Amino acid sequence: MMGGGRATLEILQAGPHTSVQDAGRAGLARFGVPASGPMDRTAFAIAHAALGNAPGDPAIEVAAGGLTLECREGAVTVAVAGGGFHVSRDDGAGDAHRWRVTSLRAGMRLAIRPGVWGSWTYVTVAGRLAAPRWLGSAATHAPSGLGGGALSAGQRVQVEDAELRAERDGPIPCPAFARPRCAIRVVLGPQERFFSPATVNTFLSAPFALTDAYDRMGVRLRGPALRVRGPLDMPSEAIVRGSVQVSGDGAATILLADHPTTGGYPRIATVIGDDLDGLAQLRSHDIITFHPVTPEEAIEAARAGHRARERYRAGLSRA
Amino acid sequence: MTSDSPAFPRFRAVADHAVLVELGDRIDASIHDRVRHLDTALQVRPFTGFAEAVPAYASVLVEFDPLVTDHAAATRALRELVGPSAPPSPPAPPPEAAPVRDVLVCYEESLAPDLERVATRCGLTREAVVAAHLSGQYRVAMYGFAPGYAYLAGVPESIRLPRKPAPVRDVPAGTVLIAGAQCLVTTLAMPTGWWAIGRSPTRILRADSDRPFLFDVGDGVRFGRIDRRAFDAAVAAADAADPTRVR
Repeated sequence: MMGGGRATLEILQAGPHTSVQDAGRAGLARFGVPASGPMDRTAFAIAHAALGNAPGDPAIEVAAGGLTLECREGAVTVAVAGGGFHVSRDDGAGDAHRWRVTSLRAGMRLAIRPGVWGSWTYVTVAGRLAAPRWLGSAATHAPSGLGGGALSAGQRVQVEDAELRAERDGPIPCPAFARPRCAIRVVLGPQERFFSPATVNTFLSAPFALTDAYDRMGVRLRGPALRVRGPLDMPSEAIVRGSVQVSGDGAATILLADHPTTGGYPRIATVIGDDLDGLAQLRSHDIITFHPVTPEEAIEAARAGHRARERYRAGLSRA
Repeated sequence: MTSDSPAFPRFRAVADHAVLVELGDRIDASIHDRVRHLDTALQVRPFTGFAEAVPAYASVLVEFDPLVTDHAAATRALRELVGPSAPPSPPAPPPEAAPVRDVLVCYEESLAPDLERVATRCGLTREAVVAAHLSGQYRVAMYGFAPGYAYLAGVPESIRLPRKPAPVRDVPAGTVLIAGAQCLVTTLAMPTGWWAIGRSPTRILRADSDRPFLFDVGDGVRFGRIDRRAFDAAVAAADAADPTRVR
């Protein structure tokens, strides 16, 4: 314990929906448990890569309300990435408008404030963020609070094996693929049989707005009603992150990280994985449009996105 | 495909990472047998890139890694596992083989916000709805929706209703819900479009357990009626036994 330091971070202020997230608990959907994990997996991975961490360790997911924390004991280097948040240390060090790596010593405060875009940002630490685990993961399932848990003012977070990696201090570049996306690619179905061709055409041509009903479970959209034809009598089927579900009143909801694992309302389309992080960084009232792609194009987008993230990560480690 | 090829199985692409295998379009024991057959086959003989299977009443969602495989390859592998169009018919386990779990339920008006509307829609008295619900032969068909949400097949015909047109938010944990032939007891406060006909103090999801779920798929479930005083006492006892409860 002497060699590996310990740092204590106290949360002075946290907006709603602030929580601990790791890579998530995949493989348990058959028990009704979604993977959870970061709303923006790209930004989460960048915040870890900027510190040279293993991918997937626990981190703090900060929502639109921002976060202020103070290092109460020890010292630790942290990284902040995701969304257009303003990041500053109370001694005024650094450019407040950038994702960054910064080193905190006892008594220093880190403030994260919402900027012109973005809904989620990530604080990773050089060390191990201590957090309760549930079913093998510290990812917080927000509807139950199980996992690492929600964070609020007054709580203290321990960092074990805390290190200073001051040589990494400085801005983190924000790549184009981590920006918000308004043109959302979807593969139609799998329950498009519940919709007339005219309704599918409306879905693919009309603009939709994100509403205030936006949390880790999903975001409800406002737009033309998508009428479901026939009775709502389908047996419940599996839902995935990105499912676009239409309820009987014709309103569409995109299911996200803490999505229900099954549902009985038909899914008109599914957002491809490569567009989910950019979608999550939009805000209520932002406008999106849906664009159909074939399954083959969706696979190619997943692979191209992976290559772009790998190139970026390699660039970070050379820097 | 010839014109006389069967409607099922159907293989539907889901985004860039899954295939939905549809084995039927209704809640039916023989269709569910085919679901369990495919789910078991995937556990025994997973294809390259297979990630996760999510069995439901009449379908299996099969997740794969898009960096390793694609829909076409996954579908080929799944077609082989599903087998020829004749449904494999593993002998259904005899009902007495599976354990029967007891679940308490209180149907008092304040805990059963939809009981009156269910009665009206079914042309029954409230007591007749309760009696019908208690008479059902329930079996755990699948987990879904949220952690610990066990879908119980076996709601009697006389109280089967389609789900509501839109979900109602923040239905409390422990609510006993019905929709169509399905019944479940909620474990978290969640939105639902099902009909709330009672409240149970029996914990199906426990936060501090190595075995956090009360049921296994295939278990029988028997509902037992309690009054409000017994409900309150059972809630207090469950709280004391599981202080890290999920509520």
